Amino acid sequence: MARKYREIGKAGWGYTAITSVVGFIYFFPVLWIILTAFKTRTDALAVPPKLFFTPTLENFTSVFFRASITTGTSQATDMGLYFFNSIFIAFTSVGLALIVGTLAAYAFSRYPLRGNDTYLFIILTTRMMPPIVVIIPIFLMFRLSGLAGSYWGIILLYTAFNIPFSIWLVKSFFDELNPEIEDAARMDGASERRVFFRFCIPQILAGLSATFVFGLILTWNEFLFALLLTGVETRTVPVAMARTLGGEVGVDYGLLAAIVTLFLVPIFFVTFLLQNQLLRGVTFGTVKK
Amino acid sequence: MTIELKKLTKRFGSLTAVDAIDLDVGDGEVLCLLGPSGCGKTTTLRMVAGLEYATEGDIYLQGARVNDLAPRDRNVAMSFQFYALYPSLSVAENLAFPLHADGLSRAEIEQRVKRISDTLQLDKILTRTPGQLAEGEKQRVAVGRSIIRDPQCFLFDEPLSRLDVQLREEMRGEIKEVLQDLSKPTVIVTHDQLEALTMADRIAVMRDGRIEQVDTPHNVFQSPENLFVAGFIGTPQMNLLPATLTGTNGHGTADFAIAGGQSMTIEVDPRIADLAQGANVTLGIRPRNLEISHDPAPDGISTKIDIVEPMGAETLAHLSDGQHDLRLVADWRVPLSEGDQVHTRFPPGATHVFTENEQVLRSAP
Repeated sequence: MARKYREIGKAGWGYTAITSVVGFIYFFPVLWIILTAFKTRTDALAVPPKLFFTPTLENFTSVFFRASITTGTSQATDMGLYFFNSIFIAFTSVGLALIVGTLAAYAFSRYPLRGNDTYLFIILTTRMMPPIVVIIPIFLMFRLSGLAGSYWGIILLYTAFNIPFSIWLVKSFFDELNPEIEDAARMDGASERRVFFRFCIPQILAGLSATFVFGLILTWNEFLFALLLTGVETRTVPVAMARTLGGEVGVDYGLLAAIVTLFLVPIFFVTFLLQNQLLRGVTFGTVKK
Repeated sequence: MTIELKKLTKRFGSLTAVDAIDLDVGDGEVLCLLGPSGCGKTTTLRMVAGLEYATEGDIYLQGARVNDLAPRDRNVAMSFQFYALYPSLSVAENLAFPLHADGLSRAEIEQRVKRISDTLQLDKILTRTPGQLAEGEKQRVAVGRSIIRDPQCFLFDEPLSRLDVQLREEMRGEIKEVLQDLSKPTVIVTHDQLEALTMADRIAVMRDGRIEQVDTPHNVFQSPENLFVAGFIGTPQMNLLPATLTGTNGHGTADFAIAGGQSMTIEVDPRIADLAQGANVTLGIRPRNLEISHDPAPDGISTKIDIVEPMGAETLAHLSDGQHDLRLVADWRVPLSEGDQVHTRFPPGATHVFTENEQVLRSAP
């Protein structure tokens, strides 16, 4: 009797179900936090944890307005500023890194230096060590130059940290392009600038989006440098979040969960907007040709 | 002379891709650079286009030296192997792109696009992007884009290599027609000899960065100047049989000893008399010129039929004398069966003699 074999190109319900279960386990912590954000303090601390409860928006309100312990009146918190800081610092530095990285990547791809690979390797080595290794010298440099606590300081630092990654990723996209198209444009009278902006950039938009999102996620979640190098005015959400822990009334899990949930929104939104580009970006070159 | 190359050389590090070649292409002439891959033909084309710097030597277009001019200042049109259509632009925009640099009016651009799309039957696909085109259409657009301007000369890099056999034949005719109308100097790079033989006015056969022979398709085929050209041009390949000259009898008749003990007396170029007795030569004869008989004859050697390959109107047979393989093409009606003993015959004048330095036999210098 012939052995049954699986039809190519179909997984079937069973596998779909198993995948859903695995996916659910991975997503569970996120779901937990989001649910907690909508719970009252009592529900959040209930044992066993409540799956069904009356949702409240109280936590979200108290992210931005909190009753003062001493006077009892509602006071605005600085969380709005911290969200602005996170968004401003992450988007600016990743954007800058992408611009510098793209220009550098084009140069590395099209006008290789003598010993091009060595340069690229050296650029990559800056990402090999854990950031904490260089935290002391960087901290001192920031103190001496007066960059500590300023927007420029933290933006430049994040830009510097994102550039190697941007160069490597974007270079691989440029390498995949058919150089004949650039040659054709040159023959047809296009200047080098036009060749780059009109023909190279549009072809790697997907790759640029992917690079942007990866950089954004890394920067968005960065904690260590933000903790040491931002001031009161330039504090980012991860640092602010850590500061809500502790204090005289203990950990307010509902409040923390609400901040985390809000913190997820921008990155989720960007990733969602760019998802088609992202998929094309990360699979760039593997499906072409 | 409108394209003129003088001692043109290109070196990549220690590798010499193009080695001091001299070449000229006249007005309205179509010249094919033909050679195996890596022989330097594309590099030569790219130097003319300005996409590669020449290491040494000079390039003249319409009499002016252009070595130091950027591609866009040379007024040369080039069509690329992979078409190099601009992926984000529509067909119409692709066609119009070269015209923008010339600063033409919108009306003039539209008119030219219309004219080209009529000539090449592109009117139905003008709004599509390159990703939506079939291979043949892409090729048409690429040709259209290269001829839309009024350049000094045309360069084609492997124009038909990506098309299937049927389309290739069709496009070969079309391109030839277009080129005839333009009557501009044109250089076509190809590794396909059929393409070169059918489209070119003259063929330059290249090997290892050097030009081995420049001549009309007919002459390159009929009178190859050296062993490489003889072996490279023509399908099936020319039979090349190493032999030793054992005697000359006047009027070009000579005796040759073939390794393996056989000998034959055939009529070749009369200049064979200039060669010394015992000279090592290579005898070349096209598979279609080789004849067979069932009776032994002095003007050939006896062989066994190894393999028979029917090719429709003709039959290709692989013959062997135990040491050498010979290819023979005969009319399909000639009965040939594997394992048969046959006698080959080298008809008068059909055999090329190449001397030890791989050059065809010439009068003593």
